[in-house]
Amino acid sequence: MALSTTDIQKIEGKANSIRQSIIEMLVEAKSGHTAGPLGMADIFATLYFHTLKHDPKKPRWEDRDRVVLSNGHICPVLYATMAHAGYFPVDELKTLRKFGSRLQGHPHREYLPMLETSSGPLGSGLSQAVGMAIADRINNGKATARRIYCLTSDGEHDEGNTWEAMLLAGKEKLNNLVCVVDRNNIQIDGYTEDIMPLEPFVNKYISFGWHVIEIDGHDIAEIARAFEMARAIADKPVCIMAHTIPGKGVREFERKYEWHGKAPNKEEAMMALKDLRTLDGKIRSEHE
Amino acid sequence: MIPKSQKLNPKIFDKDVEMVPIRKGFGEGLVAAGEANKEVVGLCADLTESTQMHLFKAKFPERFVEVGVAEQNLVTVASGMAAMGKIPFVSSYATFSPGRNWEQIRTTIAYNDVPVKIVGSHAGVSVGPDGGTHQATEDIALMRVLPNMDVIVPCDSIEARKATIALAKSGKPAYIRLGREKTPVVTTEDSPFEIGKAQVLFEPVSGAPDVAIIATGVLVHKALLAAKELEKEKVGAIVLNIATIKPLDVDAIVRAAKAASAVVTVEEHQVAGGLGGAVAEALGAHFPAPIERVGVEDRFGQSGTPEELIEHYGMGVEAVKKAALKVIKRKG
Repeated sequence: MALSTTDIQKIEGKANSIRQSIIEMLVEAKSGHTAGPLGMADIFATLYFHTLKHDPKKPRWEDRDRVVLSNGHICPVLYATMAHAGYFPVDELKTLRKFGSRLQGHPHREYLPMLETSSGPLGSGLSQAVGMAIADRINNGKATARRIYCLTSDGEHDEGNTWEAMLLAGKEKLNNLVCVVDRNNIQIDGYTEDIMPLEPFVNKYISFGWHVIEIDGHDIAEIARAFEMARAIADKPVCIMAHTIPGKGVREFERKYEWHGKAPNKEEAMMALKDLRTLDGKIRSEHE
Repeated sequence: MIPKSQKLNPKIFDKDVEMVPIRKGFGEGLVAAGEANKEVVGLCADLTESTQMHLFKAKFPERFVEVGVAEQNLVTVASGMAAMGKIPFVSSYATFSPGRNWEQIRTTIAYNDVPVKIVGSHAGVSVGPDGGTHQATEDIALMRVLPNMDVIVPCDSIEARKATIALAKSGKPAYIRLGREKTPVVTTEDSPFEIGKAQVLFEPVSGAPDVAIIATGVLVHKALLAAKELEKEKVGAIVLNIATIKPLDVDAIVRAAKAASAVVTVEEHQVAGGLGGAVAEALGAHFPAPIERVGVEDRFGQSGTPEELIEHYGMGVEAVKKAALKVIKRKG
């Protein structure tokens, strides 16, 4: 089902609120990752406010879809999206990384049981999602309506475990599994193609038995369409190769790998929030 | 003498005692657990027959997943299945799982606190001819340090079957360690078994024991043979079977140590970090007593027959007796 212009604007508005929350949480926490969370805000907003079958008031609802965040370090975008979706109060976001907080520096489901998994160490999310997809198929057969969404980074494809998971998903033809790759081209030490080249990335997924949909990870309509199309693919797991801009939405942070693993200071945060609040003017009225 | 309540195998000290690989008990136990609960699933990394999971695979093909030679995937896929309500048993050789995939076990099973059961077969030097790469002597230590993780080391095939059935119901992450070789059957169907409980398998005919021998796994039989020989030499021994290394039955260990004031630990594992380490920690806190630890002493294994290797690495009956006499002399 195609999104109307109003729907798209609504999701864009959510993505913008999520980005502002990300900046606010990080400046308060004084540490954490900035570029990845900002870059994935559009995808998280589309997933949680359009695609996902879930109920924030009943997080353990049995028939829900599952979301596995593999690269746990971008959890500010997960926490902010969940808060804006109604899982917990938006105010709680300011406890990120603090003692006693449910919002651990990397997600821990013992502290926040509404999470599907704990994560942080890279490369193990996709295989957990594969396990969920296999279990779901055992329970509900090949025609299962449930989808398991795994969000991964491009950098964590350096990890062997990721490729083991890709092999098994292809072998098992897990059409209830969707892996979103945040193709933002950066990792801690630099650009992915300098650190460990992944190209031809799409071909690698295809050769492992996956159906690949390549998208602009900031185009809400395209993101929604990709999730929709993924439901129509039979007998193959689906990879959504999402081209994103790290730091998206804050001009000073965009495309700079230096912003992978640090938080903005107060001044930088002010500037970032100003950037976000005045974006194109079209959502100005909602956020001033 | 053997307490009657233990209902041990009457042929335990005979030359023709039944010999069955411990891993076989696991294979049968998994089928029984699968029959009792449809949520039980099996995953294997290309060692289905070696680890005896082929029995489960034959019976429940739709609940079996072959992941290929990929131990990191083995445990993380199982974690995902557990998150969906399954009770996964994952099997490989102990050197590869938990050897190769320790961090994945830590994060996705122990930290996630999901009830995946890691089955490490072919543990110890008694693997034999395959050599040191395939002889896990560090796995108990690796698993024992993980929060939320239970560690089970059965002494024979019957105990392995009981432990497997019990683990399917425990609701917790767990590691179970199995040996490859045929091993004397020590217990019977009627012998008591409970996760977390040590069993007294041998005690002096009369009076207080001179030494407490605390053993686990395949060497429990050797500990019993040593106790029997010590009895002939008028040395009274109590033998504890520690099938559960974590949570450790500290009360039973302290009780035995208080009775004997001298302790020997026996395991087919490095003396550091395994049963010997666990017992030393417990007694250090509750009842300091001299301890001699029988096990592998900071070395790797090598090729040979199981018996040759057990003797070479100082874990045979004579070695246990020697350690017992030595620790008795150390009493203050």
